[in-house]
This record gives sequence, structure tokens and C-alpha cells, in this order.
Amino acid sequence: MVAADRIYLREAPAKLLPAPVASTGVVGWVRANLFSSPGNIALTVICAALIVWIVPPLLRFFFFDAVWSGADREACLPSAQNPEPGACWAFIRAWSSYFTYGFYPLGERWRVDLFFFLLAFGIAWLAWLGAPRRDIGAIYFFIVLPILSYVLLSGVPIIGLPDVPTSLWGGILVTIVVATVGIVASLPLGILLALGRRSEMPAVRLFSVTFIEFVRGVPLITVLFMASVMLPLFVPDRLAPDKLVRALIGVALFASAYMAEVVRGGLLSIPRGQYEAAQALALPYWRMMALVILPQALRVTLPNIVNTFIGLFKDTTLVFIVGIFDFLRTIEAARGDPHWATPITSVTGYAFAAVFYFVCCYGMSRYSRNVEARLARAHRR
Amino acid sequence: MTNPSSGTDGEKTGWAVEISALNKWYGDFHVLRDINLTVARGERIVICGPSGGGKSTMLRCINRLEDWQRGRVVVDGKELTDDPKQILAVRRDVGMVFQQFNLFPHLTVLENCTLAPIWVRHMPKKDAEELAMRYLRRVRIPEQAQKYPVRLSGGQQQRVAIARALCMSPNIMLFDEPTSALDPEMVKEVLDTMVELAGDGITMLVVTHEMGFARQVADRIIFMAEGQIVEINEPKAFFEHPQHERTRLFLQQILH
Repeated sequence: MVAADRIYLREAPAKLLPAPVASTGVVGWVRANLFSSPGNIALTVICAALIVWIVPPLLRFFFFDAVWSGADREACLPSAQNPEPGACWAFIRAWSSYFTYGFYPLGERWRVDLFFFLLAFGIAWLAWLGAPRRDIGAIYFFIVLPILSYVLLSGVPIIGLPDVPTSLWGGILVTIVVATVGIVASLPLGILLALGRRSEMPAVRLFSVTFIEFVRGVPLITVLFMASVMLPLFVPDRLAPDKLVRALIGVALFASAYMAEVVRGGLLSIPRGQYEAAQALALPYWRMMALVILPQALRVTLPNIVNTFIGLFKDTTLVFIVGIFDFLRTIEAARGDPHWATPITSVTGYAFAAVFYFVCCYGMSRYSRNVEARLARAHRR
Repeated sequence: MTNPSSGTDGEKTGWAVEISALNKWYGDFHVLRDINLTVARGERIVICGPSGGGKSTMLRCINRLEDWQRGRVVVDGKELTDDPKQILAVRRDVGMVFQQFNLFPHLTVLENCTLAPIWVRHMPKKDAEELAMRYLRRVRIPEQAQKYPVRLSGGQQQRVAIARALCMSPNIMLFDEPTSALDPEMVKEVLDTMVELAGDGITMLVVTHEMGFARQVADRIIFMAEGQIVEINEPKAFFEHPQHERTRLFLQQILH
């Protein structure tokens, strides 16, 4: 028997058989993914129980028992038809323009709307990887848009746009401005700091390391306090920048220190051979970095970059500590309105805030996953 | 400046590469010990020897991927100093092919080849692409131009790396064990490309264990061990009558 098997030559090709039914289709998927082992079965049961326990009350609160319209608190109080009212969306609707614009003057709010539109347009242009002329899109987003936004939001009286002091700005407007400036400024600053940390010039390296370690070692709240309380002590009043600008600088510097470490991680993952090949082709340092090293490093570290963006987006809520009315702060202010005082007003406000932040952050997360998948596909082409 | 051979030093010496009294240490370890070597223009040099003998390190000194503590290296009449401009000037005219190919994975084959011509030679994109396609045809993979390097076999990748270096129209080509990382069946396609290149009269310095290649194309063979040049000879004499005991031992081990 053994002797007969020792030498073998196939005479006819083995038959191609269809896969067993139990391993394909819905049944196969369920068996393989949900009930493949005792541990897996237990997890499936627990998760199902959690869903049954959590989802219906949420649906009830957000939709079925929610109050969608009404003029004041009466609408959201328990009544005969609705003994246990859910979210008081009427309250959100009544205050929605305050949540969006803060105290931005009524007659000038079109400027904010236009700003939102221009920003959305810029983001879409850059985010859609197949868009035409993304190089112009980048110029628009990083050069034209900031200038345009400043002119629009802050105002230039000569061209008929009255000044609107930043103390009147508020709500989603402030949250978006702080987050966008932080995100847009932190990436290039972070890249420079990361390169500085790996520089061969000791002075540059020392500065980068000191900055990164110092900023990372201090809570954002402290940075904001420093920017808004301590700066005026050293700088004469008329030279001191606007309160919002100070907070913007604080947030941007804070985020760039974190970004620097994220980018550094990406740089470490690039093999030495890539540097050497670029050097052997006589590429000077900045060209080598811009054309060969950074495109690869940023690609590797994209999930971490987006993670930092998401963290930054949520951290913008801290600017309320220096008296800036960001989105969350406007909700804080509105929920105290006696006109709408009900047991569910606060809950509704916070739920609305949670939904807003979740949609923004999940959007960023999904987009980055999309880009990752695309890049992975491009490499397999 | 436009014509590399019109440099005053280069004209005087006429050497492609001049290495004199080169010494290098990694910490306490003396990797290159008193290296002296002159390579004429158009000469084809093969460098062989046991691993850790300093072959690659010496080669990498020629385009200043490695620096050194003592000695002089003059390439095409330009002395390599700490001056970054001078280093870039030398690198522009010296091509290099690595053991691990080191293609840029985020760029297509064509983009790999046009990168340096566009950004270093300031060539218009169209011209750079034409030039790249010409060299890709020469290494016989023009049909892969739009692919990313990961899609190519090792042998194809190495041929792209050769084309990429050639796109800078170098006077000197350095090959650092170009076939050592390849599967055996791909060694030949890369060697054939190099043999063809050798027929063009370009100055070549090749670190390799491929003794057949050495015999076929080398003008001189250098044997290095323990950081020193042990023997330099013409191929026939090198293989048939090695002078140094150490060379004989090495040849016995690799030629069965």
C-alpha cells in the first residue's frame, strides 16, 4: 500500500464540485459568523438581547413619542395623549437659529449661510477624489476660502459688509470655524514639527521636541486659559488679538503637537531604502519629502490623522471655558429658557448635540475608511 | 557645467571615479581600510568578496549615501565634500540600482521613471514620459508602464529600477547586488539587461556574486575582504591565476 502511493502520476483532472450548501448563502453566512462556536453563540445571544433592550426605547424617545411642533413648554409636558413624551423637538426648532448663528445679527445671517455653502463646496471638491482640477480645489480651499470667509464673517465696512465682532458669533458657526481652522492648520504644522523632530540640525530638533512635549503635557483647557487670560497680561490691549482668534491659535497649536506625533509614526514606517533611492536620484531634501516620503507616510497613517481630527472636533467644545459660545454652549444657554422649561428639555438639547457631533465625526470616519479602501485598491491594480 | 567632461578637474584627471586613502568606521569598527581605486571612463568594474567585506559600503561612498572619516572621493572631477550642492551635483550624474529595488510603491512604473527627470532635470512632463518609455522599452517592459510596482515580479521591478536610473542619463551606474534578492529564474533577465547596458560604454561599478557576469563583461575585477581591496585583476587572470591566498579561498568556495 505504502509502496504503491510513494510514486504518483495524475492521469485525469480531479472533478470540480459545487460547494456544500451549508457553507454558502444566508444559512452559511449565519452559521459561519453567528453560530460557529459556543463562545460565538453566547455573544450572538447577548448582542441580540442588548439590541432588544436598547433600541426600542431609543426609537420611542427620538421618534414615536417625540413632540415635533409646539409654541412653548405646554407642548412637551405630559398630557393625556402623550403621558410620557419623548424628545421635545419643538424646543430645538424654536431655538435652531440661535444654535446655528449665536447672536450673529439677523440681517447679516445670509453671510454665514454663504460661508457654510462655500465651505461645503470646498470640502466636497477636495473630498471627492475623482473631482476635476483638484489642484485648483486645493488653492481654493487653502488660500481663497480663508480670505473669503474672513471677509464674509468678520466684515469689511468699505465694501458694504458691516463689522460683526466675534463676540456675537456662536453656535454651529463657531464650532465649524474652530474645527476647520484647527484641522487645516494642524496638518501642515504637525508635518513641519514631525520633520523638525527628525532633523539633523540640533536647534530645529530641540525646538520641535520642546514644543511637542510641552504642548502634549498640558491640557487643552490650560492652553486656552493661557491664550485668553495670560496673553493680555503681556500684550497691550490694542495689540492683543481677538478672543476667538486667540482660542483658534491655541487649538491649532495644541492639535499640531498631536498631529506631529501621528505623522512621525508614519515617517518611521517608511523603509530606509525609500530615502536612499530618492537621494540617489539627486532629489533635494524637500522634494524627497514632498514627492516620495510624505505621500507614503501620510497614507499609512491616514486612520490616525482622521482620529486626531475627530478628537479635535470634539475638543472644540472646550472653548466655552474662555467665554466663546460654541454649539454646545448655545444648547447649555437655551436649555435654561423658562419658556421651554420641561423635564425633557435638557435631555433633548443634549441628545441633539450628541446627534450633531456623532454625525460629523462618523462622517469623517466613514470618509477616511473609504479613502483607505480606495488607496488599497489602487495599489492592487 | 553643461558638459560634464568639461569640468577642469575631470579634464585633467580623466577618471570617472577616484578614491584615495578612504577610511571609514562604524563606531569602533573599521569598515573601509585605506581604499585606493581609480576607475577610467567607460570602464566596467565588478566588485566581489565575502559579505561584510565593505563592498557595498565602498560603492555607496561614491554617491555619498555613506560618509567617511578620512580620505577623498572624486567623481567625474567633482570632489565629494560636505557641501550639499556638490553632493547633489554628483548624484545627478550617478545612477544607482539597489538590492531591494527600492521602487516608489505609491507611483506607477512610469511615474517612478519620470519623477527625477521632471523634478531634478526640470524636463517637461511629456518629454520625460517619452524618455521613460524609451528606457522601459529597452529593459523590455513598456507594457507595464501604468502598473504599480507591487504588481510586477522581482525581475521586472529590478529592470524598472535600472530604467529609472537611466532616465537621469547618468555617466556612471552603481549596482549594489542587483540580483541577490531575486528568485533564481529571474536573475538572467536582469543580468541580460546589464550586459546590454555594458555594451553602451557607460561606466559601471557592480557589486555581485554572479561570476559568469563578471567573466563576460568586466574589464577588471576587484576582490574585497575585511574592508580592504585584496586584489584587482583582469577577469581571465583573476579566475585562472588568483594571486592572493584569500582570493583563491573565496573562488574555491563559490565556484564548484
